[in-house]
Amino acid sequence: MSLDAIYQKLTQILQNVFDDDSLVARPDLTADQVDGWDSFAHLRLIFAVEKAFGVNFAASQIASLQNVGDLATLINSKVA
Amino acid sequence: MSAGLYTNLAWLPRPPGDFRQRCRGLVDSGPSPGEAIMHLAGYALDESQLRQLAARIEMLRAEGRSLAPLAPLRLGLLGNATLEPLVPALIATAARHGVDLECTKADYAQTLQEALSPDSLTNRAKPDAVLLALDHRGLPLRAAIHDPQAASSGVADSIAFLESLRRGFRTHAGALSILQTLPALPESTFGSLDRSVPGTLRSLAATFNAALVESVKDTQDLLFDVAALAQTVGLANWHSPSQWNIGKFAFDAQFLPLYADHVGRILGALRGKSRKCLVLDLDNTVWGGVIGDDGLEGIVIGQGDATGEAYLDVQRAALDLRDRGIVLAVSSKNADDIARSAFRQHPEMLLRENHIAVFQANWNDKATNITAIATELSLGVESMVFLDDNPAERALVRKMLPQVAVPELPEDPALYARTLAAAGYFETIAFSEEDRKRADFYQDNARRVILQTQAGDIDSYLASLEMKIVFRPFDATGRSRIAQLINKSNQFNLTTRRYSEADVAVFEADPKLFTLQVRLIDSFGDNGMISVVICRPGTKSAWEIDTWLMSCRVLGRRVEQMVLREILTHARARGIEKLVGRYLPTEKNVLVRDHYAKLGFRLLDTAPNGATTWELKTSAEIAPAPMSVDRDGFDLVAV
Repeated sequence: MSLDAIYQKLTQILQNVFDDDSLVARPDLTADQVDGWDSFAHLRLIFAVEKAFGVNFAASQIASLQNVGDLATLINSKVA
Repeated sequence: MSAGLYTNLAWLPRPPGDFRQRCRGLVDSGPSPGEAIMHLAGYALDESQLRQLAARIEMLRAEGRSLAPLAPLRLGLLGNATLEPLVPALIATAARHGVDLECTKADYAQTLQEALSPDSLTNRAKPDAVLLALDHRGLPLRAAIHDPQAASSGVADSIAFLESLRRGFRTHAGALSILQTLPALPESTFGSLDRSVPGTLRSLAATFNAALVESVKDTQDLLFDVAALAQTVGLANWHSPSQWNIGKFAFDAQFLPLYADHVGRILGALRGKSRKCLVLDLDNTVWGGVIGDDGLEGIVIGQGDATGEAYLDVQRAALDLRDRGIVLAVSSKNADDIARSAFRQHPEMLLRENHIAVFQANWNDKATNITAIATELSLGVESMVFLDDNPAERALVRKMLPQVAVPELPEDPALYARTLAAAGYFETIAFSEEDRKRADFYQDNARRVILQTQAGDIDSYLASLEMKIVFRPFDATGRSRIAQLINKSNQFNLTTRRYSEADVAVFEADPKLFTLQVRLIDSFGDNGMISVVICRPGTKSAWEIDTWLMSCRVLGRRVEQMVLREILTHARARGIEKLVGRYLPTEKNVLVRDHYAKLGFRLLDTAPNGATTWELKTSAEIAPAPMSVDRDGFDLVAV
């Protein structure tokens, strides 16, 4: 799966999780920029990503994510 | 493979692409948004979509809008794990089961205080019911393999703890309690020996569950069998150590929609919203094949054949439901006596006529029939479940009668019975002697209701199917299927003339004949070749319709009308002035006795054996039906 395809899928997931059609997955997008992206929403997002991509993350990997770019890189390392 | 049936709520239709927009639209939807909410809740929603719908329900409630016909219910939610994600999931899912749910969530692990203090958050909210979402981590169960005494007192303490919670909520809020059984963990201490060593978690869970069942029996409180649910999808899937560690999720988040659906069923049952009647299609739903075409001997049902056994499972599931008081009915596109012959004469059938309360075998649309069945039984259509293998029939009933539950079915009939059971339409909270006998009240019958009117707007349904009809003359590609249809079709077959594949090849090459093979494609996919016509030159610039047949699968789609338009187009282009049609009666084709009359032909002659001859001038105008036309392979440019 190309990184482009990962971002496209992430955009859909973000829009669905945060119920916001204007969200676009960009590498520098962080939680502070999105309404409602609190710690629970973060887990919901992670679980939705795990399900959509068929991958699993360890707690340490989840904790180390700084932005959507990190998330995309992590997904890429699992699905490649 | 089939855990996906449960995880994905596969009996529900997939949500539309614009689901979020539709949720937002709820706020502007007329004076009673309840129906629209229920409709949206009826899709297989994921966690985010449940949340989106719940947010709109909360907004409507905040505006003081009535959510009727949803029945209000207040639920207190308590547990030892993260409850936050449960709330929106339960609110949206409850709507699927006819309930307008208000949820109060207690603070994390505050169960005892919430129950015992009269002015706790939960008790002040005066819930109708409380869900005690506790697992092994929230009960005083001690895993003590060296101390059998401690193990059994742990179970007793847990039951006593729950009893004090139940008593608290009953006394202070008048609420009933919903209690969860404990799913065992996939991890064992010894292996198989765990079952017999009292202090292992597996043994504790089994002992606790048995004691819990006893302690709930004959009380107002209810059991929610989470252990069975977790076993169904697999304990290793259910328990996620990572998700517990990260967020204190009691079970893997992918099962939230399923868990919520099971709670929703119980809440629906509490409000009397469980379904009461199962309406069965016949062909390819309770037996394999089409009885009108294949004959009584040709349908596939019974032991010794994998497909026949799959349909037996469907019949057995229906009978089991009947034994517990669910009323059975039939809605099938068939001639009444032919459909009943299977119930009367087929030795392998489990279902018999006296099991069926209302038996509607006719050529009407199924929405009309289901409405008639509901009226005859004095039940609302919201009590009905409709089982049909044909996606177009399912879509029609969903569109015309959105209150009827219509499960999606997988391709493999071996999974029909399981899918029906997985949907949990008939969840019940009590089972009495009266229930056992209810279906017998309808025993005397297999009645048939005479229909007066159609249920609703068929035109807009047909338009929504986005049908495309494709006309081609006979050709080598279609040859074997054409021959197959010519030799197999019995019901929609005007003359029942049989021709071999070699004959068909001759027809292809004969320039004097006009031949037509017809395909129909719709939003569910390609129905394949569904109609065949052969015209021969008759006397004085007329065409004799030698053969006209159609698959009953596409009855009611106005395909006949479009086929006639096509014949007329070609006839006119070749200077033909009239069409002559014949109906040659057989035991099986009474369905098309009035075919030519309905299409505007004039009756010329009736023979003593009932055969009729009809005529239509090619100048006749036939109204188009809602479908697009593709025409291919004709050498006429003029049309």
